[in-house]
Amino acid sequence: MAEPRIPHPVPPPPASTVGVVGWLRRNLFSSPLNVVLTFLAVYLLLVTLPPLLRWAFLDASWSGDNREACHPGGACWVFIRVHFDQFLYGFYPDEQRWRVNAAVLLLVLGAAPLFVRAVSGKFKVRLGLGLLVVYPLVAFVLFKGGTIGLPVVDTSQWGGLLLTLVIAGVGMTAALPLGVLLALGRRSRLPAIQSLCVTFIEFWRGVPLITVLFMSSVMLPLFLPAGMNFDKLLRALIGVTLFQAAYMAEVVRGGLQAIPKGQFEAAAALGLGYWKTMGLIVLPQALKLVIPGIVNTFIALFKDTSLVLIIGLFDLMNIVHNATTNPAWLGFSTEGYVFAATVYWLFCFGMSRYSQNLEKRLHTGHKR
Amino acid sequence: MPESVPSPARAPLSEQVMIQMEGVHKWYGAFHVLKDINLTVHKGERIVVCGPSGSGKSTAIRCINRLEEYQRGRIVVDGQELSNDVKLIERIRREVGMVFQHFNLFPHLTVLENCTLAPIWVRKLPRKQAEEIAMRYLERVKIPEQAKKYPGQLSGGQQQRVAIARSLCMNPKIMLFDEPTSALDPEMIKEVLDTMVALAEDGMTMICVTHEMGFAKTVAHRVIFMDGGEIIEQNAPEEFFTNPRSDRTKLFLSQILHH
Repeated sequence: MAEPRIPHPVPPPPASTVGVVGWLRRNLFSSPLNVVLTFLAVYLLLVTLPPLLRWAFLDASWSGDNREACHPGGACWVFIRVHFDQFLYGFYPDEQRWRVNAAVLLLVLGAAPLFVRAVSGKFKVRLGLGLLVVYPLVAFVLFKGGTIGLPVVDTSQWGGLLLTLVIAGVGMTAALPLGVLLALGRRSRLPAIQSLCVTFIEFWRGVPLITVLFMSSVMLPLFLPAGMNFDKLLRALIGVTLFQAAYMAEVVRGGLQAIPKGQFEAAAALGLGYWKTMGLIVLPQALKLVIPGIVNTFIALFKDTSLVLIIGLFDLMNIVHNATTNPAWLGFSTEGYVFAATVYWLFCFGMSRYSQNLEKRLHTGHKR
Repeated sequence: MPESVPSPARAPLSEQVMIQMEGVHKWYGAFHVLKDINLTVHKGERIVVCGPSGSGKSTAIRCINRLEEYQRGRIVVDGQELSNDVKLIERIRREVGMVFQHFNLFPHLTVLENCTLAPIWVRKLPRKQAEEIAMRYLERVKIPEQAKKYPGQLSGGQQQRVAIARSLCMNPKIMLFDEPTSALDPEMIKEVLDTMVALAEDGMTMICVTHEMGFAKTVAHRVIFMDGGEIIEQNAPEEFFTNPRSDRTKLFLSQILHH
């Protein structure tokens, strides 16, 4: 006869699979190879991290306003402090820098509602479009001046992080829509449009950005009538935008190809025309799919802006480089480049995190 | 299952012709997919098209709303002859609803948005009115409570009912069904067929490509059998199932009914 069954409590999972011990086992010591790699990594960190921290923080000099304040052996952040405003604004006149600050503040305030979840989607779309169209004009008027009583600040005086952000911002906001149009054109059934777009994309993808910038600053004036001269920065902006638009087009095309034929058919069967099908059905899905690719292109663009140094524009990279050649501050290039790298990294990492957040939020749990 | 669905009254048909296909031929390259298709569909008529796979039945109904081009012949839908004119095609598509085998709902939009998109952007209805209409049809297909969900959160049968509601929101004069139950798990077929029967009871003009012979028996005015790109036989369902004329029809019916 069977013994009466005594209900027993569910046993807890073994201690070795949960908690800190479980985590360590799973992630660091799951196989002999991983044990070796874990110890190797710890060793490398022990060797490299303390000297780095000592150089960057413990032995570093923070205060003072000339090179006498720097202790040997540590980083001299005084160099950055002294040049900080220059790194931000370039040669923008001191007494006019409030205009740049105002433009940045305006952007932050204007864009803030876009990141608030409680704001309705419809308002966000309107605000976003408004920012895209209106803000560049406002910012241009503020930066350049010449109207509403502001003195003119020539674009050759713009520099530092300001210039980097101007080039990257214009490049991104112009390259994405242009890239979308090029991608649609490349898939068009009209042979003229299709070959035009293919030619454009293949041309711009086939030349290095440096060549584009050189051509825009050195060769283009040769073809223009004498006396006609348009702004060097504008030429760089156009060059960067067209170059990145070609890359963007291919990223977007990848997304378009991933949309099943059934989506086009369902839209067509409802009587939607080409632009409505694309704008309401296909692009929202395609762009969402290629967010990683788009952000990848954006990040590449952000860093590529440093190439404008070869046509004599003083973006963040170039202005830092310029400061390291200052006779009063020779020998601090490491600090300068570490600072520049940190600023680039912060912006790029920020974009990367934002895109991951966006992907998560737009996911509607549907793969078909 | 399908045999149990109640038969909607087969009222005498109206004289008004909704769809007229005359001598339609289509080739995919050298492959002759449709061979001389002639078909007249009256207002309120319900037609079931069946046939082995690759027989051209889907292609034939997809010509009616110009999802497929054809090379010869003419098709007149609701008094307007199809041409290459994009505007005309869009106008005709507004009046012809279509339900697909794989639903083809828009995954980035909620169920409600799927239903209101075309009324708002094509029919230019105010959002509020479009939403009222959408909710009415979602109630008719018995899933109003899913309105705020995304298609990916629904079962196949629910998705197909949303697809039907989405089409109905455009208030079409004709509904085309392209194997609407073929991608569904067996237990979900009935809910979709019930929806279609209800639609039939309201007098909708329907062409339905399906292998659901129970549905054909109870709902169809006429069953059409296609094979090799041709219409082999068409008849009222009683005649069609009890007394098929051609050998190919007999073979097909024996295969489809005895398994």
